[in-house]
Order: sequence, then C-alpha cells, then structure tokens
Amino acid sequence: MAETATHTADHASEHGHETSTGLSNNKLAMWLFLGSECLLFGGLISTYMLYRGRVSDGPHPMAIFDIPFTSVSSFVLLMSSLTMVLAVTAAQRGDDSRTNLWLTITAVLGATFVGGQVYEFTAFIREGLGFSTSLFGSSFYTLTGFHGIHVSVGVLMLLSTVGIIRKNKITGNKAEVVEIVGLYWHFVDVVWIIIFTLVYLIPS
Amino acid sequence: MAIIERPGTGTTPVVATPQQTLGAVKRPVETKGWREWLFTVDHKKIGIMYGVVAMVFFIIGGVEALLIRLQLAMPDGQILSADKYNQMFTMHATTMVFLFAMPMAGAFANYFLPLQIGARDVAFPRINALSLWLLIIGGLVLNASWFLGGAADGGWFMYAPNSGPIFSPSHGVDFWVIGLQIAGVASLLGSINLIVTVVNMRAPGMSLMKMPVFTWMILVVQFLLVFSLPVITVALVLLMLQRSYGATFFDVSQGADPLLWQHLFWIFGHPEVYVLILPAFGIISEVLPTFARKPLFGYPFVVFSGASIGLVGFGVWAHHMFASGLGPVSVAVFSVATMAIAIPTGVKIFNWLLTMWGGKIWYTTAMNFAIGLVVLFTIGGLSGVTHSVAPSDTQQTDTYYIVAHFHYVLFGGMVFGLFSGFYYWWPKVFGKMLNEKLGAWNFWFMVIGMNLTFGPMHILGLQGQPRRMYVWTEARAGEGFFNLGFWNLIASIGSFILAVGVLFFLINVVITARSKKQAPLDPWDARTLEWLTTSPPKAHNFDRIPVVHHLDEFFHRKYEEDTATHTMKKVAEGEDLVRVEEEAADAHIHLPSPSYWPIVLSVGVGLLGLGTIYGIPMIVLGFAITLFASYGWILEPSVAEEIDFEPSNNDGNTKEIAPLG
Repeated sequence: MAETATHTADHASEHGHETSTGLSNNKLAMWLFLGSECLLFGGLISTYMLYRGRVSDGPHPMAIFDIPFTSVSSFVLLMSSLTMVLAVTAAQRGDDSRTNLWLTITAVLGATFVGGQVYEFTAFIREGLGFSTSLFGSSFYTLTGFHGIHVSVGVLMLLSTVGIIRKNKITGNKAEVVEIVGLYWHFVDVVWIIIFTLVYLIPS
Repeated sequence: MAIIERPGTGTTPVVATPQQTLGAVKRPVETKGWREWLFTVDHKKIGIMYGVVAMVFFIIGGVEALLIRLQLAMPDGQILSADKYNQMFTMHATTMVFLFAMPMAGAFANYFLPLQIGARDVAFPRINALSLWLLIIGGLVLNASWFLGGAADGGWFMYAPNSGPIFSPSHGVDFWVIGLQIAGVASLLGSINLIVTVVNMRAPGMSLMKMPVFTWMILVVQFLLVFSLPVITVALVLLMLQRSYGATFFDVSQGADPLLWQHLFWIFGHPEVYVLILPAFGIISEVLPTFARKPLFGYPFVVFSGASIGLVGFGVWAHHMFASGLGPVSVAVFSVATMAIAIPTGVKIFNWLLTMWGGKIWYTTAMNFAIGLVVLFTIGGLSGVTHSVAPSDTQQTDTYYIVAHFHYVLFGGMVFGLFSGFYYWWPKVFGKMLNEKLGAWNFWFMVIGMNLTFGPMHILGLQGQPRRMYVWTEARAGEGFFNLGFWNLIASIGSFILAVGVLFFLINVVITARSKKQAPLDPWDARTLEWLTTSPPKAHNFDRIPVVHHLDEFFHRKYEEDTATHTMKKVAEGEDLVRVEEEAADAHIHLPSPSYWPIVLSVGVGLLGLGTIYGIPMIVLGFAITLFASYGWILEPSVAEEIDFEPSNNDGNTKEIAPLG
C-alpha cells in the first residue's frame, strides 16, 4: 500500500500500481471523453436530421449522394478498425515493429477516408451544394466535416504514436497508450456507421 | 514542487529538484515567486488561483448588477443607453454563471476534493492547470468585447435568430461564443479529471459510501458537465459557423427552426442549474453537521437525492420553453418531471433540518450562511415549483418573477453556500481564521440586502414588469401597494446593501491576511479527512496516506463511544493525530513536476478561437502554438524520472532545506 499511495496515480499506472477501481486513469479518462463525444455527435446528428429535407433552391440529398463511392470509403474506414485491433495485440505482445506497421496502415486507411471525403465535398460543391446554400448544406457539411476532423486528429495521433515509439520516448505503459488511441479510433468508426446509415442510406 | 523527499541524516530529508527532462524545453523547476504560480500543477495552488479569478469576476459581475439597478431605481433611467443596458444584463449573467459560480465551485473542488479522499493530487495535474488557464483565457476573451466594439447583448441564453448577424451586428456575440467555447473546454477537461480522481484515487478503505458529501456532490456535478457541455458546444459551433462563415442554421428565411437553439441551449442550461447549486449543497452538508455537532442525518438519502437531482435534471429542460408552443404532450411531460425534481431537493432540506434538530448548534458565520441557504433556497425552490405548473408559468415567463426566483436559488442558495465554505475552510487554506465579528456584518448585510433586492421582484413580476426592460415610466407604474416605482427603488437600495455586505467580506480578507494570529489546527472540531494535515496543507497533502474505516474518518479518530452512556467522548485532539501522521511519514514521495505547457497550450487555443473573428492567419498561428505545445506536453513525463532527482547527478544545485510544512 505504501508504494501505491506515495505516487500520484498517472505516474502510478506506469509502474503498474493499483488504482481504487483497478482501471488505469488514462483509460478511464478516455472513456469519459468518448461518453461526452457521444452527446456532441448526438447534437450534430439531431441538427442534421431536423434539417436534411430543407434544401431551399439547392440540390436534394438523394440527387447528389454517390452511394457506391461513399460505401467504398466507409469500407476502408471500417477495415482500419481491424488493423487497429492488430496494432493493439502486437503492442500487447511487445512487438514494436509490428505495432508500428499496423498503426501506419491504420493511419493510411484513415487518410484515404479523409481524402475520399475531400473529393466528395468538392464534387458536391461543383454540383451546387455550397455551405450556405441551404439548411441541408450547412448541416451536412458541419456533421460530416466534424467527423472528418475527428478522423484527421486520429491520423495525427496514430502517426505521432508511431514516431514516439520509434524514438522510444513513450511515457507510461506502451501497450496501454496504443490501446487508448485505439479506443478513440474505434469510436470514430462507430460514429461513422451511424452517420453513414442516417445520412446516406435512409432516404429523406 | 517537483521534489522528492528522502530520509537524509536525522529527520531532514534531502529535497532535490529535477535537472533534466525529455522534450524540447527544459522543465521549469522554480519553487519561488510568480513562476511558481504560473507553471504550478499543484491542485491547492490551482484551487487558490481559481478562487482569486472567480472573485475578480464576482466583483465585475456585481458592478454590472449595480449599474442595472441604478438604471431601474428611478423612472426614465439615464445611467445606461438601451444598448448598453442589453450588454450589461447579458454580461452580468454570463459572468456570474460561467466566470464566477462555476470557477468558484471549481476552486473548492480542486482544493478539497483530493484532500477529502486522502489523495496527494488530482489524477491529471497538468490538465488541471490547463483547465485553469483556459478558463482565464475564456474570461478575458468574453470581457475583451467591452473594449473591442461592445459586448454581447442577447441575454445569457442568446436566443436565435436574435443572436444572428442581422440582429446582432457587433462582434459582441462572436466574443461571447468563443469565450464560452473556451471556458467550456476548460470545464470539460476539469470534469473528466475530477471524476477520474474520485473514482480511482480514494485512500484505502474509502468506499463510495464513506466519501464526504461534498465530494459526492462534486462528483455528480462533474457527470452533469461531461454530458451537458458537449450539447452547448454544438449550439455554439452552429452559431459561430453562422456568424463567421455564412451557415444558415438559424436563418428563418431559409426555413430554419428557432426552437433548435432553445433545445440545444436548455439541454445544457438546465443541468447547468444543478451544476451551480449542488456544490453549495455539498458545502453546507459539511458545515451543518460540524456546527450542529451531530452526524449528517440520513447520509445515504442526501447522497442519492443529490444523484437523482442530477439524473432528473437532464429531463426537465423544456420547462424553460413552455411559452414557445411545444404542444400539450411535451408541456405535460416536462411539467410533471419538473414537479418530480422538487422531491429529492425537498428530501435534502429535511435532512439538513433534522441534522440541526437536537444538535448543540454553534452559530458561527459559516453556520449562519449555511442556515441562510436552507431558508432562502427553500423560498426560491417553492417559487420554482410554481413555474412547473405550465399555465401559471405562461403568465410568469420573462417577468421579474423569474428574476426573483433564480436569484433566490442562485444568490440565496449558491452564493450563500460558497460564503459558508469561505468561512469554514479559510483556516484550512491559509492557516488563519476570518474575523467572526466582521463575518456577522458580512452575513447580515447580505441577508437583508438580498431579501430587499430580490423579494420585491416577486411583486414586480406578478404585476407584469418584464425582465430586460431598460426603463419604466411613472405614468404606467400603478398605484398604492403595487406601485412599481416604490418596489424598484427598494430593490435598488437592497442591491447596494448587498454590495456593502460583500465589501465587508473583502475587508475581512485583507484584515485576516495582515494579522499574524495563526488558526488552531482544528478550529471547528471538524469531521473529514482534509483536517488530518497541517493548515495550510503540505505540498504533498498527507505525510502518509490515511487508511479509512468510517464515514467522517477524522471525527472517529478523535472520538470514541463511551459504552456506558452511549455518548461520543473525545479521546484525541487534531494536533495529536497530525503528529502521529508526521512520525509515520512516508519516506519516498513523488509529486508531479511543474510544466510550461498548460499555459502555452491555452494561449494557442485562445488565438485559435479569436481567429474565427480576426481571420485565417490568426487561426494558423493559434493552431501552430497548440500543436507545438501538445507535442511538448506529450514528450514530457508528468513526473520527472528518478534519475532527474539523484543528488549525485547534479552539480551542486541541490539544497538541503528544512522539511516542508
């Protein structure tokens, strides 16, 4: 007990000391953050659902969505969750080179998705759906843009993790750091499943 | 800060400061002067800074309130123009809610929560510092608008489309949006930090049902914040995108729904009400048992009613919108839910009354404020129940009756709770007692002032005086007892009496700071763990981490039951207990090291936010600083490595100093 007690706990986890619940502080904090993010996307999705039929003079959602294209980019994003899982198991085995490999592949898949989104946005703008065109336009770009920013931040986190592991400057438990980045990544994926279904698949 | 204490020769530990660090910049090691405060990650110093910042904003918000009351004291007030008046009430409310009430509760939470659960710091000390600096940046951004083209003027709930670019053309609303967004991020980080601290860092033996009620209420509040702040974040983002980048969310001509903003705002806004009041409930749940010299009556009921207030608090938001035509079903549902939330609140009131019942009550200033809360909050709570009845609410909406109601619960409830906390915990934080005689003047001026200010507003409101009206005319003020002019004048006089009461507090603080007289270790015969250390507490809080066996652990270490008479007999003084702890001190204590990054990161975020007003280059600059600080942060271990402390490794910079505290 004395050993546990004399360390502040975010230091404690790195030495394998116990917390009151046994969960590490960092992981608990990430779960709470993701809980909060649910409400953030909840608000954005509600706004979109309220406004998706209000197109003013602009194009109608079903007229401009390219469902096969977005399905492919969604598939790419979902596969990145698989590679993320492989990265986490590699990290838990202590296999640094495999961890870095899978993290890099995950980042590349994520970047591909973001690239697809940029392409999609430019195509929509060319077809007449500007940010200010209609309520549908504003809420569509805001919702999917917010998700895109989340994916981009995730890509940055993945690449940073790779860099820090390679330089051996990671502070704390390496496998756990990878796992926490993974929690964020899976969350972003799950949110996309919801957005893809509500925005693209269900006709308005 | 940044120390390891080791058993040196005799009882003097060698205190070493870290000399090296990973990352781009050398770690700050100062333990003196302003740098010690700027770069600190100590929850106690951060708590004190929260308190100072909140107090400054309390005074600013108070001056705004006095200007409002001056304007309304006489018919056809000339003090403020209509435009300035709008800015004044908007900023008064925004400042009081976001820059005084929440940070002041944060001050208490930061300082006492780790002490009450027997921890040495919060779970994420650097994030804790970041929360503080983000709050300060947010407050500065909000108030900078006064000097940069006028403050926000749409009322604290900033209804759309009135807050859109057409009806609010100045940058005031932009500053308001960005300031609140930044302060919101600060609260979100703070709430995650405190939840993890409570959940994971309790002393051995402290189960959830042995936690002090203050800690419990703070925990509930943090859950409310984690799940309500993202909703206002969405609202603010939508408004920002509309004002700065041409989105159409609240553009009615495009078919937008004005109720969208109202829903998003109040889904946050109503839990926010409980965010404001529950910390005060927590404080008086510590103060009442201490000064009634009885355990809190029905501890589990107080805890669970607090939790259920938090839960039901998420389901009552639309009672702010009864006048907006929601439809009979919604109105009925929210009406009933609002009535229901009075039940757990009432449970608490009765628990406090029964705590005092039969106790040997010691009327200190802290106790007076706590009793004041019970009485005044009950008045405000009862007028609140009248709002839950939708037909009656439709009459009261946007009148001074509403203003009266929320000032009774917020001033009579929250502010009184916070003042109770000041007097109760001052000797703990600063090692000196606030003057009780001045405390009495402070208390009575505030009670009388507050009732004179807000009491008449019930009459004004029921007579139909709308809130936010910048002048009234004698010709339409009515006659006799219900003459609006008379009651407006009384309210204005009351507000100055109230201000004098607060002035007594500030004088008291100055006098106490100058006095040399040290407070006893346990002046109130207190009950909880924060008293099981010196006053002010040592940098590492506890010499050894206490093992908890009871609710009110400190009390049970002082008192034992006399089996013959079944009364509690004092067997030890606080001083004895602290001495025992000092003798058994842990030899090896790590504290988190100070860091530059929280303050640098918060400046980056501030510039990023202002960039939405001042253009892309500022966004780029802000983003670059934010990114740089984030990497500096990641590459810096939160606690310096063992090797950094090794006295043999450094070149004579290590000083032998006396043990802390």
